[in-house]
Amino acid sequence: METGLKTIKWPKVFATLLFAIIGLLFITPFLWMISSSFKTEADVLKFPIEWIPSTWNAVENYSEVWAGTKSFGLYYWNSIKIAVLTTIGSAGFSCLAAYAFAKIQFKGRDMLFLVVLATYMIPPQAIIIPQYLIYSSSGLIDTHLGLILLNCFSAFGTFMLRQFFISVNDEIIESARMDGAGHFRTFFSMALPLVKPALATYAILRFIWTWNDYQNPLIFLRSETQYTIQIGIKQFADAHGSIYSLMMAAAVSAIVPLLVVFIIGQKQVIEGIALGGVKG
Amino acid sequence: MKQIATDTAIKKPATKSRKISKNDLRNNVAGYLFIAPMLIGSAVLILFPIIASFFLSFTDWNFVTGLGGASFVGLDNFSALFQDSIFLKGLTNNFILLLVVPFGLAISLILAVVINKGVYFKDTFKVIYFMPYISSTVAIALVFQVLFHPTAGPINQILMALGVENVPGWIASSDWSLISVMIIIVWTQIGFQIIMYIAALQNISAQLYEAANVDGASKWYQFFKITVPLVTPTTFLLLIQGVVHTFKVFDLIIVLTEGGPANSSTIPVLYLYQQAFEELKTGYASAISVILFLILIAITFLQWIGQKKWVNY
Repeated sequence: METGLKTIKWPKVFATLLFAIIGLLFITPFLWMISSSFKTEADVLKFPIEWIPSTWNAVENYSEVWAGTKSFGLYYWNSIKIAVLTTIGSAGFSCLAAYAFAKIQFKGRDMLFLVVLATYMIPPQAIIIPQYLIYSSSGLIDTHLGLILLNCFSAFGTFMLRQFFISVNDEIIESARMDGAGHFRTFFSMALPLVKPALATYAILRFIWTWNDYQNPLIFLRSETQYTIQIGIKQFADAHGSIYSLMMAAAVSAIVPLLVVFIIGQKQVIEGIALGGVKG
Repeated sequence: MKQIATDTAIKKPATKSRKISKNDLRNNVAGYLFIAPMLIGSAVLILFPIIASFFLSFTDWNFVTGLGGASFVGLDNFSALFQDSIFLKGLTNNFILLLVVPFGLAISLILAVVINKGVYFKDTFKVIYFMPYISSTVAIALVFQVLFHPTAGPINQILMALGVENVPGWIASSDWSLISVMIIIVWTQIGFQIIMYIAALQNISAQLYEAANVDGASKWYQFFKITVPLVTPTTFLLLIQGVVHTFKVFDLIIVLTEGGPANSSTIPVLYLYQQAFEELKTGYASAISVILFLILIAITFLQWIGQKKWVNY
């Protein structure tokens, strides 16, 4: 700041270089994965590492993953469907509850909010057996509906969105109410548009978490036609145990679409996480 | 989290206008309608199951016999668990994994301080460091399975090329498997923690540092006397999240090592899964979930007490 704009600050240049080297630790496994997925099996573990494959085997590897014995297209479709519907359900329910907890005065509100908050403290594994029993007695095992419902009631989402609703000016809400708007109209036309960025962040996070979830699909899905992409790549890896090039092609197929979504929406994700975290 | 307490305290029902009871009624109805889906869903899928877990943990029920075959066995499951060497190994491992949390937080804070002020291309760094956090755990575990391959894996090839003679066996060795898990946990969590710390750093008033500069305080002194104390609320939050996370690393461990070799990297949640869904011992597995639940409640409680001593709000 004291130095002019044109001056290069050498300590800063040095730090940038250092951090680029540290950054390699984070990005190299991804580059290695992508590069290996293009190689013939014999070249995967060759040392020194060939970052650009000498023999390209990309078409063969990816067609083995996508058109082989496992129906990756179907797994993808299942994953997209489950992640999208979970995101909509979870964001919707959380948003409604968050608004009420922040802006409507009703009896027992604070107590009920603590009840919802308490569910955040319960580790998912501690309740998975009774959940399984409930599901098997109500026919929800091996259904996508069941899997979607599992993640629809998020204390985290309610808590995060409530923080944002609290920061919405009370006068805006009051004036809408004075004009005779009911709570639902006020919510949809006044409050909701104001917390849109927070809602978008929560939705992106929920989508990522659901997409990456392995445990719930593993326990609650049975038949291959219902599988998600995470179960699919694990099954594929088990079936091709020691064929690393194919494993990497499967891993790329699971990671890359989400990385693209993230890189496009990175500002929203990163700022949203920071905002949610600091507020929380 | 302390903010919740203050918020709810401030927002206590405004008792100024009790006269419009029709409005109160409307507020009550609307309030309950808004929270109904969340409340009913949480009650059925989260609150009822936690109570059921406690109940099941006192029975010898298994999925095969059906509910009729269940009988009450008192604390038998719990006493058996505390003599179960695999469970105890898992519990020990989980406490070792906790050590990684403060270590990772220290690294994250240092990286965050430098990224925040000291580098060019700040946003690019944020994205790169954050990539592991949003990537599929299953895919990451598969990649590291190969990277950590004891003889032919790239990591050991590089170590050998650098002249290391006794390269670690990583996931194939019972001495190194848990360390491998730790490395991946730090690797995936650092980006998230950095983002949180950078946000906290941006809330610290620049005037504090200017004043310290005027007084001639060194950068290190400023770091320990201004930065570290002022980010303690974030540290506290990340500490709780990090600890809870170590109890949830099921996805990573089941794909990477399946708890092996020789149960060297097992943790209670993995054992719970194996007992419940592979051995079908529902009652026994429920006892594990009850213990997990109690441990997490205890840790959270201890942290709440401890925070008063070192967290600055």
